[in-house]
Amino acid sequence: MQTPTQEVERELRQSVVIRFAGDSGDGMQLTGTQFTTATALMGNDLATFPDFPAEIRAPAGTTYGVSGFQIHFADHDILTPGDEPEVLVAMNPAALKVNLPALVRGGLLIINTGAFTRQNLDKAGYTTNPLEDGSLAPYRVLAIDITALTLASVQDFNLGAKAAGRCKNLWTLGLMFWLFGRSRESTVEWLRRKFAKDPNLAEANVAALNAGHVYGETAELPQGVGIYQVAKAELAPGTYRNVNGNDALAWGLVAGAQLAGLPLFYGSYPITPASTLLHALAKLKSFDVVTFQAEDEIAAVAAAIGASFGGSLGVTGTSGPGVALKTEAIGLAIATELPLVICDVQRGGPSTGLPTKTEQSDLFQAVWGRNGDAPLVVLAAATPGDCFYMGIEAVRLATKYMTPVMLLSDGFIANSAEPWKLPRFSDFEPFPVHHHTGPVEGFHPSLRDPKTYGRVWVKPGTPGLMHRIGGIEKGQDSGNISYDPDNHHAMTKLRAEKVARVADDVPEATLDSGEPGGELVVVGWGSTYGAIRQAVAQVRAKGRNVAHLHLRNLWPLPRGLAALLRGFDQIMVPEMNNGQLDRLLRAELLVDARGFNKIAGQPFRIAELAAEIERRLGVAPSPHANVDVRA
Amino acid sequence: MTKNPPTLSKKDFSSDQEVRWCPGCGDYAILAAMQRTLPEVGAKPETTVFVSGIGCSSRFPYYMSTYGFHTIHGRAPAVATGLKISRPELDVWVITGDGDGLSIGGNHLLHVLRRNVNLQIILFNNQIYGLTKGQYSPTSAVGKVTPSSPVGSIDQPICPARVALGANARFVARGYDVSKQLPDLFKAAYEFRGSAFVEVLQNCPVFNDGVFDLITDRKQGPQHQLWLEDGRPMITADGKKGVRLDPKTLQVEVVTLGEGGVTEDDLLVHDETNATLAWLISDLPEVKALGVLYRDPSAPVYDDAVRAQSEMARQKGGGDIDALLRSGHVWDVT
Ligand SMILES: Cc1ncc(C[n+]2csc(CCOP(=O)(O)OP(=O)(O)O)c2C)c(N)n1
Ligand code: SF4
Ligand SMILES: [Mg+2]
Repeated sequence: MQTPTQEVERELRQSVVIRFAGDSGDGMQLTGTQFTTATALMGNDLATFPDFPAEIRAPAGTTYGVSGFQIHFADHDILTPGDEPEVLVAMNPAALKVNLPALVRGGLLIINTGAFTRQNLDKAGYTTNPLEDGSLAPYRVLAIDITALTLASVQDFNLGAKAAGRCKNLWTLGLMFWLFGRSRESTVEWLRRKFAKDPNLAEANVAALNAGHVYGETAELPQGVGIYQVAKAELAPGTYRNVNGNDALAWGLVAGAQLAGLPLFYGSYPITPASTLLHALAKLKSFDVVTFQAEDEIAAVAAAIGASFGGSLGVTGTSGPGVALKTEAIGLAIATELPLVICDVQRGGPSTGLPTKTEQSDLFQAVWGRNGDAPLVVLAAATPGDCFYMGIEAVRLATKYMTPVMLLSDGFIANSAEPWKLPRFSDFEPFPVHHHTGPVEGFHPSLRDPKTYGRVWVKPGTPGLMHRIGGIEKGQDSGNISYDPDNHHAMTKLRAEKVARVADDVPEATLDSGEPGGELVVVGWGSTYGAIRQAVAQVRAKGRNVAHLHLRNLWPLPRGLAALLRGFDQIMVPEMNNGQLDRLLRAELLVDARGFNKIAGQPFRIAELAAEIERRLGVAPSPHANVDVRA
Repeated sequence: MTKNPPTLSKKDFSSDQEVRWCPGCGDYAILAAMQRTLPEVGAKPETTVFVSGIGCSSRFPYYMSTYGFHTIHGRAPAVATGLKISRPELDVWVITGDGDGLSIGGNHLLHVLRRNVNLQIILFNNQIYGLTKGQYSPTSAVGKVTPSSPVGSIDQPICPARVALGANARFVARGYDVSKQLPDLFKAAYEFRGSAFVEVLQNCPVFNDGVFDLITDRKQGPQHQLWLEDGRPMITADGKKGVRLDPKTLQVEVVTLGEGGVTEDDLLVHDETNATLAWLISDLPEVKALGVLYRDPSAPVYDDAVRAQSEMARQKGGGDIDALLRSGHVWDVT
């Protein structure tokens, strides 16, 4: 199959943002993913943002059942899925209703008119039909009865009415491939693999895909609707793949375990958006991985701790509510000084909150959310690909310092995909763990490395070194239970100092962009990385002296951070929460950090960040520490 | 393992830590029974691990010279599961109490039993929360007066053996602290492949003294002890009473031999592999069934299944991180 770009005149675009939207049952995530694969293979840089409802099968046609997938692709380096779509595919009235406000004025609107029945219009809350009432006048509209055309395209395959109707996402995908000059090849391959057991169904889907494409090639497109081309991006040479955060994290953990020379034990209880981490690891048993789907989050972390006690690398993964349940057991791992990696793929809170929406509101929980003085190491991944590196780093620190490490990701990182330049595993420095095997003389379980304060790790089964550990305070010099007041004071200080020393083992604070001592520094952590970086670049392009600092080490904070931050006139801290890092920086560094907060379950848009930076540059700092994106 | 003559002794399983239970506590006898059992079954201190929750009973690991993990309240079965899955060659024992195992950790007890992880669970049942100074527990009798139930507990108690049977435990046994047979039960539990659940009736002289006197007392005990033997009729230790099934109501009743023409032939014969029978006799009114109530060695063992899946995966090859990263769609930029 040939890419049609050579055959026809195409309008050249530097970047395009498309949002696919439809009913949960319309297969929009699949359509988006296939479009993403084809786009990656075209050599564009890209970023995606799937946005789906919490309900698995929400009633068809309702606004709360709308599922969306946004992709931003370009001929240059991009870091976010784009602020606003320029192209919207609306498979039904509800999808139009929910997503139209986001479409830029003059944007291209592709509508499946076949779904615009009275009933569906009612369900979406339309009193008049937007196709007829003129409300779509500000947009370029391509209205097609995709339902009918799909049914016609697959009629030879004798599918049932339902199965035939389901092919309409592939018909749409075929049309989109034509409009944006992507090859159908990867999707055809994928369909034939997926439906290997039902070749008729595979070929029906291929037929729908081709029919959509042919429609584009032959139909008279309305005034203003062109066909487009986005040239290859200038990416650094190397081998690339698309990756989402949870897959990258799973691979990073496995790679970390190999570098440490340990079997990996992953205990987890399903929870959105962390479940796919369990799914990914469950497939990797040949990598010396054991996965354990526990009865609850407490059992999941407890089993991981049991595995660490046994000499494996214990890892547990969950989202905020699960971390809450694991809290007591994490304290046990801190008290017994066993390595443990806790992955928190954050979602909107509190309580059940917004299970399928992203947020970064577990920072306080990660850093301070335990009974007793219970320090641990907190890391945060910045992008999907970064999850791989942070997974390795979490394993390194946990095993070297004999401490739990909390690794923060979020729903956005977990689900969105980006092209990732693949590293070579041989480039990573191994950090083999040596379980203590002797000498027996003078041994006690509280012996520690004088530099890292890491406790000895003895595997049960080792002759002569039998010992007991537990959550009760232990004597610094014996490992036995101790209620001695001075000892508890000393042990509390020791646990804090051990974690603090990690700061000597991680990179010093540096600016991601900009120069020290400017007008304003934007400090971020986690998935806001791409949006902040782009916003800062935009403001810098206008000649303003602003900078960007991104934190991967949240606890302990990197060395040199206070001095670096104090050099700026203003410190702006954008977060998808009600203000946590800004307060942490104030508390720890006595700096005047001021929050900029968006708590909408949605990532920051570049424009809203850039506007706020400019606002702060133009006006005196407000007396309030925090400003909301919605204020 | 059991084939070798025991070369270790009780002393080899005793730690140097001063035992800190109250004088007269039933836990001492249970500890001694365990320290006697392990050398007899050929266990080694370095490959034995005791994992406990929180409670007086859960102090147990500190007094054994084996590996030990005193974890958090109720979670020992989960910690032990993780340990056993990743280190199946170790002998793992879980020590828990009636509060630890049946209230806060009830969920984990249910799941370790249904999974049939190959470990031993010893539940010290003193019908009270000892460590927190005597509140009623899930096994306390209705009406029990404690600091948190000043006019008597209104909670209905549960029978630990029935909890275990309900959770599909494949080995359920019951003994009491000062019983001479306790090491035999521990031995049977040790030799069982799968989750072996042993309830030990334990006297707490400080907060619940004498609750099991009827059973454990040297004089009156034999009238109330129903020691079970596979294939043998169910007769109390004093030889006077037995257990009979009314075939019309499917209820069991305790009958006196020789009274109303009742003979040994009328009594139920114990069958360790019969879960229904185990259920019927697990909570009798006048007598306490002791010994092995149920034993089904045919059920699949969880950690075996975990290992089998790992082995299968390993045979298919793998372990190459670069190949993993490059699986699926990749493309080269030059
Ligand atoms: C999370 C938590 N909740 C409560 C406690 C307090 N606590 C410790 S032991 C215990 C009850 C123990 O009863 P049981 O398991 O019967 O053990 P016993 O002391 O009787 O041997 C309680 C409530 C605790 N340690 N941790
Ligand atoms: S309180 Fe009761 S159970 Fe606890 S040590 Fe004392 S006697 Fe034993
Ligand atoms: Mg108790």
